[in-house]
Amino acid sequence: MIEARNVSKWYGRFQVLRDCSVSIARGEVIVVCGPSGSGKSTLIKCMNGLEPFQQGEIAVDGISVGDKRTNLPRLRSRIGMVFQSFELYPHMTALDNICLAPEKVLKRSRAEAEAKAMGLLDRVGLADHARKHPAQLSGGQQQRVAIARALAMDPIAMLFDEPTSALDPEMINEVLDVMVALAREGMTMVVVTHEMGFARKVARRVVFMDEGQIVEDAPTEQFFTNPGSDRAQLFLSKILHH
Amino acid sequence: MFTHYDWNAITANLAFLWDGMVLSLGLAALAIAGGMVGGMLMALLRLSSFKPFAIFAYLYVNLFRAVPLILVIFWFYFLVPVALGRPVGPFYSALIAFVLFETAYYCEIIRAGIQGIPRGQMAAALATGLSRWQAMRHIILPQALRNMTPVLVTQCVVLFQDTSLVYVVTLRDFMTSASIVASRDFKLVELYTFAALVYLVICLAGSSLARYLQHRTAMR
Repeated sequence: MIEARNVSKWYGRFQVLRDCSVSIARGEVIVVCGPSGSGKSTLIKCMNGLEPFQQGEIAVDGISVGDKRTNLPRLRSRIGMVFQSFELYPHMTALDNICLAPEKVLKRSRAEAEAKAMGLLDRVGLADHARKHPAQLSGGQQQRVAIARALAMDPIAMLFDEPTSALDPEMINEVLDVMVALAREGMTMVVVTHEMGFARKVARRVVFMDEGQIVEDAPTEQFFTNPGSDRAQLFLSKILHH
Repeated sequence: MFTHYDWNAITANLAFLWDGMVLSLGLAALAIAGGMVGGMLMALLRLSSFKPFAIFAYLYVNLFRAVPLILVIFWFYFLVPVALGRPVGPFYSALIAFVLFETAYYCEIIRAGIQGIPRGQMAAALATGLSRWQAMRHIILPQALRNMTPVLVTQCVVLFQDTSLVYVVTLRDFMTSASIVASRDFKLVELYTFAALVYLVICLAGSSLARYLQHRTAMR
């Protein structure tokens, strides 16, 4: 489904991604973790072309992301993305946030888009909040709306960029619950997160990154019980010892 | 203390002054409309990733901001007829001068407004499959315009005050009308005080409009 081969990226002379290769099959859930600044977010932003990369190749459903001839908006409309800081549109209601892209990109009618949006809001437990603006919602609620917004496009895969990092602890679970449900329904997901409980529960593989490199790509159980690299071991000991 | 002044000079000349006000308001309204549309387009050029566009807009803005408005008005009075090959009259030459001049200022206000929107908003919009233009139109500009409303209204107020410069091309705006009556009837204090009050009222109305708009949209 998502195929990255030898992807390298530079910001000026600073190399943020080094020769990253990873492959995500249809219906697979993988968690990407690693210390901050290791290039995790950059890597998934390359997957839908939000960040350009200079070397290598990424294909989503067989379509090359880096190719200049690729219709990026069209490709992006098929990949959902959820951001650390939610990025809901503050001047629109939750409902309008969800309906915008289906109406403008998929040319769905307002009624159709709204019906779908209401269904999704119901699914993330926010049907009563459809007419509220983002500022009237808590962080956890905003992030659930953001997930609904991404799902409204009927994506073939979902990218999550630290979806719970900006949340107060008591709101993390309401977002993770939605993500777990999504994973169990068979959605293809790439999740950048430090929520190791989530990884254990639904991830098939864990990809560990450090200094722009994919240091380890292992089945979840193996990653936690017997990580292959010292760096991953050190990382795990730091985040798991509580 | 104002008892020995003759305020009748104002009432006696209201129609004459009103003619001037119509010209001032008309010129300001057209210049604001033209300047905002021009400024919006110029701001999009300025932020374009296509370098020649960005450079053109940069040069345009800095050229117009480097010269005094009165010079531009004067200059276009002579230049526009030459460029078009026929006379257009002082009103249209002044209007063109105002629109081109104000385009530069509105451009900078709008550019700053657009750049003030967090980058993540554009990323989120693009990620859902919207084109760059759709994201600008539905996500960035509505927020940017809301944030910059106070500054935009302030610029409109300044523009309105600046219409008094058109006396250099023989147009009779409100200020010029007041000035004509003042010197003809020798009622300088009365007319200039009246003119000041009228400008004050209009500009205060403008700034309270700005406050109202800001307050109304801040809730969203």
